[in-house]
Amino acid sequence: MRQIAVAALTTAMLFLAACATTPDSSAPAPVDTAKPPANVQTQPVKPVDVTGAPGGAAAALKDPKNILSKRSIYYDYDKFDVKDEYRALVEAHAKYLRENPSARMLIQGNTDERGSREYNVALGQRRSDGVKRMMTLLGARENQIESVSLGEEKPQAEGHNEAAWSKNRRSDILYSGEY
Amino acid sequence: MNAVAIIAQVENNRIRSLLPRRFAFLACLLLLVAPLARAQLSIEITGAGAQRIPIAVVSFPGEAALGASITQIVRADLERSGLFRGLEIPPLSPPPTESAKVNYAEWRSRLADALVLGSVAARADGRFEVRFKLFDTVKQQDLSGVAYTLSKEQARATAHRIADFVYEKLIGEKGVFSTRIAYVVKRGNRFELQIADADGLGEETALASFEPIISPVWSPDGKRLAYVSFEAKRPVVYVHSLLDGKRTVAANFRGSNSAPAWSPDGSKLAVCLSREGGSQIFTVNPDGSNVRRLTSSTAIDTEPRYSPDGQWIYFTSDRGGSPQIYRMPTSGGEPQRVTFEGSYNVSPRLSPDGKMLAYITRNDGKFQVALLDLANRQSQIITDSDRDESPSFSPNGRMILLATVTGGRGVLSAVSADGRFKQRLSAASGGDVREPAWGPFID
Repeated sequence: MRQIAVAALTTAMLFLAACATTPDSSAPAPVDTAKPPANVQTQPVKPVDVTGAPGGAAAALKDPKNILSKRSIYYDYDKFDVKDEYRALVEAHAKYLRENPSARMLIQGNTDERGSREYNVALGQRRSDGVKRMMTLLGARENQIESVSLGEEKPQAEGHNEAAWSKNRRSDILYSGEY
Repeated sequence: MNAVAIIAQVENNRIRSLLPRRFAFLACLLLLVAPLARAQLSIEITGAGAQRIPIAVVSFPGEAALGASITQIVRADLERSGLFRGLEIPPLSPPPTESAKVNYAEWRSRLADALVLGSVAARADGRFEVRFKLFDTVKQQDLSGVAYTLSKEQARATAHRIADFVYEKLIGEKGVFSTRIAYVVKRGNRFELQIADADGLGEETALASFEPIISPVWSPDGKRLAYVSFEAKRPVVYVHSLLDGKRTVAANFRGSNSAPAWSPDGSKLAVCLSREGGSQIFTVNPDGSNVRRLTSSTAIDTEPRYSPDGQWIYFTSDRGGSPQIYRMPTSGGEPQRVTFEGSYNVSPRLSPDGKMLAYITRNDGKFQVALLDLANRQSQIITDSDRDESPSFSPNGRMILLATVTGGRGVLSAVSADGRFKQRLSAASGGDVREPAWGPFID
């Protein structure tokens, strides 16, 4: 299992390293891009991870192709339940926490601007608590997750209509190093 | 007998905005400096009380040396209360002072029911002496006065003291012109917690941050503010000493820490914490020690406020399905529901005499200030704006300060408890003003 993970990781790193290789400006004529060269030579790269997450697994958190890079759950007005469309997202993050016991997560609940600021802090807390509860039921450990609320104070959209409000009723997922 | 009854020393407690060492690591987030951009509030009066006392406040000879016109500030203060009408008095020759013999018939013919005369004299030590007297021209009575020694910087504070004296003599309750208000100004991504005189002037910045600041509340002695700051990326309750700028953490537990309220004796804070799951009400000492849980529900319990007699804690809870106001004994115990009309009643605030409850109610999609008479259970909506928040009683219970939105901008509004008289305070230099808290009487 561990070997497979390491192999997968190495492949991913090679892929990333290949992507990250900048073209040499002094290089001769461009190669035919339709036909990839047979032997790809890459310098080995020693990964340095300061995200706090174990190994290089944290790379997946930032990979736009990975569901783990999706970090926001949006809600209907006055609602706190995680809609079906976000279940896969919550499951993926719960799995990540399960597989990376030293990973730590902060969930910030948010509301739209309507009503009392303090009551909205409590409503946002109910949203982040709900996500935390789901993740712990899916196997994440309680001490890996802190759920907090930003109430209506940190809107994603500044408008005063439903289009803006629907972006502001959300829970945001952050990993240590990101807050 | 000396015409002037009392000699008083005007104190001017300027607040200090200093960065305490233990918070130095937050220096990148917090700009605890003297105000760079002045955020003076401008005042607009949009109504008036039914009966206003016509009063003549005659310019004090010598007041020009103070730089600020004391009599102008006194006049503005009295008018802002909604209970006085300042009379225009053309320059008199010779200009009368407090020691002049008053011709009551002449002042009656100028339609004045009350008259303030005074003078300003420079002292040898570079300070000034202001003397004034108040006269009831209807009863033809000398209502006495005060003499103050002051520095030039204390002219505004002295004017507010004079207005308080006049107000108390003629209205029969304490004036609030010398009290201060706290509020938050948001300009761009910068948040400033400011302290100003009750007229919105003389503002000073107690805290500046690039993260939100909400829910400031004054300690009963007026020397400290508790508030919620998001500078740690989550809500944390701080207690901030205004004189030396020192801050202490009152509640920084796992989860959210918010909604502070002082006990009437200043020994405790009621707060809303999520550290044990959900949002529940606890008490803590202002230094963060002695945490005690008061509510135990699966609902939201937040926005605690002590009754002035310290017997009850009023709070917002959705335990009945919608947010309503409840109260429970301070020591904990079974909560009783207080509001019943409507599906959204939040932010309870007790009047200083404990007889009235101001709160925010959602009325046909509009958030407005309602006032509930706790004895007869009658409630009425006293504002006509639609995004009201954070009501705050003046310490004499006469006015309620609140945050609202007009023309897309956050402004402060003050409404008399009878709903008749309104005024608006907005930041002259732009930005949103919100989260007002009216401070206590200071002696």
